[in-house]
Amino acid sequence: MELDPLLLSRLQFAFVVSFHAIFPVFTIGLASYIALLHGLFYKTENPAWDRLALFWTKVFAVVFGMGVVSGIVMSFQFGTNWSNFAYATSNFLGPVLSYEVVTAFFLEAAFLGVLLFGRNKVPEGVHLFAAIMVAVGTFISSFWILSANSWMQTPAGFELIDGRFHITSWMEALFNPSFWYRFVHMGMASFLTGGFVVAGVSAWFLLRKRDVEANKKALSMCLWLLLILAPAQAVVGDFHGLNTLEHQPTKVAAMEGNWETQTNVPLLLFAIPDKEAQTNHFEIGIPNLASLILTHHVDGEVPGLNAVPIEEQPPVIIVFWAFRVMVGIGLLMIAVALTGLFLRRKGRVYENPLFLKTLTVMIASPFLAVLGGWIVTESGRAPWLVYGVMTHAEGLTPSLTGGMALFTLIGYIAVYSVVFFTGIYYLTRVVRNGMKEETQAEVEGEVERPKRPLSAAHTPFDDDLEGANT
Amino acid sequence: MSIDLSLIWAAIIGFGVIMYVLMDGFDLGLGILFPFAPDEESRDVMMNSVAPVWDGNETWLVLGGAGLLGAFPLVYSVFLPALYIGVFLMLAGLIFRGISFEFRFKSKKNRRWWNRAFCWGSAIATFAQGAVVGAYIQGFAVEDFRYVGGALDWLTPFTVLTGLGLMAGYALLGSTWLILKSEGHVQQWAYRITPKLLLAVLVVFGIVSLWTPLVSPEVRDRWMNQIHLIWLFPILAMVCAGALYRAVKRQQEGLPFVSTLGLFIFTYLGLIASKWPVIVPPNYTIWDAASAPESQLFLLIGVLFVIPIVLAYTAWSYWVFRGKVKVGEGYH
Repeated sequence: MELDPLLLSRLQFAFVVSFHAIFPVFTIGLASYIALLHGLFYKTENPAWDRLALFWTKVFAVVFGMGVVSGIVMSFQFGTNWSNFAYATSNFLGPVLSYEVVTAFFLEAAFLGVLLFGRNKVPEGVHLFAAIMVAVGTFISSFWILSANSWMQTPAGFELIDGRFHITSWMEALFNPSFWYRFVHMGMASFLTGGFVVAGVSAWFLLRKRDVEANKKALSMCLWLLLILAPAQAVVGDFHGLNTLEHQPTKVAAMEGNWETQTNVPLLLFAIPDKEAQTNHFEIGIPNLASLILTHHVDGEVPGLNAVPIEEQPPVIIVFWAFRVMVGIGLLMIAVALTGLFLRRKGRVYENPLFLKTLTVMIASPFLAVLGGWIVTESGRAPWLVYGVMTHAEGLTPSLTGGMALFTLIGYIAVYSVVFFTGIYYLTRVVRNGMKEETQAEVEGEVERPKRPLSAAHTPFDDDLEGANT
Repeated sequence: MSIDLSLIWAAIIGFGVIMYVLMDGFDLGLGILFPFAPDEESRDVMMNSVAPVWDGNETWLVLGGAGLLGAFPLVYSVFLPALYIGVFLMLAGLIFRGISFEFRFKSKKNRRWWNRAFCWGSAIATFAQGAVVGAYIQGFAVEDFRYVGGALDWLTPFTVLTGLGLMAGYALLGSTWLILKSEGHVQQWAYRITPKLLLAVLVVFGIVSLWTPLVSPEVRDRWMNQIHLIWLFPILAMVCAGALYRAVKRQQEGLPFVSTLGLFIFTYLGLIASKWPVIVPPNYTIWDAASAPESQLFLLIGVLFVIPIVLAYTAWSYWVFRGKVKVGEGYH
């Protein structure tokens, strides 16, 4: 069998970027939450806030460390597998991606150390400031990454000279037409992720009656946050979709599974899109609803996939179903948030075991939704790498063979599996260890010296945990 | 434009590379020496002596990689495809040793596995980096700004030698760093192995120097027929090697590490002088490889802002961390 380096490279990129993305999407939301906790403690002096801040900072440290490790690989992917793309777009992507690195280093050098290890060493106000700056820094980092990605979706502010992109306007390129929609949608996704993880972990502690007072506070604030954010995200997502309709109609056609440009398009709940036959099988839909959502008219016209030749159509079935996973989870999130409100009014939100168990299961949901969303937007761009200008095939490294790509694909899967399972295993130990005070033995021997993020957690890797009654 | 941005960027990247080699060099070197350490206690000391600074050291690698894409994209888009397999091995090595730094001290039952990950990760990453140096000396098959060679073109007897040479070199940086940071039987062990490592480095250094003119005619031409001033670099490198040997014999503590740094710096300058201004051998200079001036300028602003901060932070880290690492001192 002939190994296709293009397909294997796309799989490899999808794998490493998906693996990487789950860490920052969580830390961006969590950093803001930690800053908020510090602010509340600063204002109210209630020690419960301080304990929550300390606990979540430990979790943040481990996840941040895993994000850094998986991020190193990302910075080499463009060169190893997509060198034509890297070379052609380097005038824009080079500086933009480098600025992300610069931001991250600045953040780590200046503020992360103070946040992680400065407790009891710097004044409270300074510690709070560091927490806020870390939160701001994570957003600046995501600004650069999302600007780069948005530019690939809706390229702007450039001219092509000899096959290379030259930037004519940095403002137009950085703040390209889809940038703000993506930035807001992604920022809110990060908050939702942070919110659902904190809510789920708090619920897990409440089910076991551990640190009840602090975890009630944490759960309560998360539920308020989710009640506002989950529906708001649906609205933002709708605006993002309209923006995509304007700039990348084929992607929207794939999301809706709509082959012909037509009016009165139904919203499909289920279908098996068949690209070869250019049709759907087993359609179940709600009449006119897709037209209504996309054009705000029942008889609005929705573009079809066959407006472009079959070679320029994305892998429809992947886009179609990834979109349904994202939206389905989004609706589930709204339902959970509303249930929380209902139970709160009946005064049973901290006791209802079914609701608390649901929340612990929902920890996984924002990650799946985020991955679903990224699969929609990235697969939906196919076959374009830079939309309308450069295809995947044109961007591929010319010297790459199928065998090379397969070798590293298997390699990265192996390496990441070890890292991932080690990291998640350790993370669950940190969480299970909970908010109990650190024993003297754990803190002892801590000499004053610079440290790395993971050192903020003292939980042993494989010894038995004391007091963790699980 | 009156200011040559490519020149400024070449200086920045050149500085970043040597900072990386010197700083990550000694902690990778300790990883290579790990299995040869006399006992588990000395391994604790070895790891403790670099644990607080190693990830700051790797900052320079990422900064260099990102800077290359921004300032000299041709380097990025030729080196990475050409060294495809090597880059993967290096990254896998760095990842494994990175997590073993984190978990070895948190782990008791599985400690020997983390020891292995630390050693193999360090050794493989170092070998890959040494092979990159060799591949750079050899040059790359490039046509029309694209790499056209095969997957394993970089793996030749010459690059295997440079790979092994860098392993010896990093191990030497590691052992002299250990002399500086340790005491007692750990330090005595480091004193014993340092001359052997120095010998290994000098042997490879000699073979590479004789071999290079054969693999790269441009380099031969430069050394034999052009500027004779560049002979100063190998001479200074040899002076450093001599100083190192003497300092070890006299059991001095700081000088061995400093002279090893000198040995590396002069070798590095000699290498640059052999190739300058070619950055993608054999044909492309730094100006051919450059990105658009407005892109170089845009990035330069941010980098000039952050480099002093990274340097200050680095200096502070090393200052806080000065002094000897004692046996049994905990690092969690």
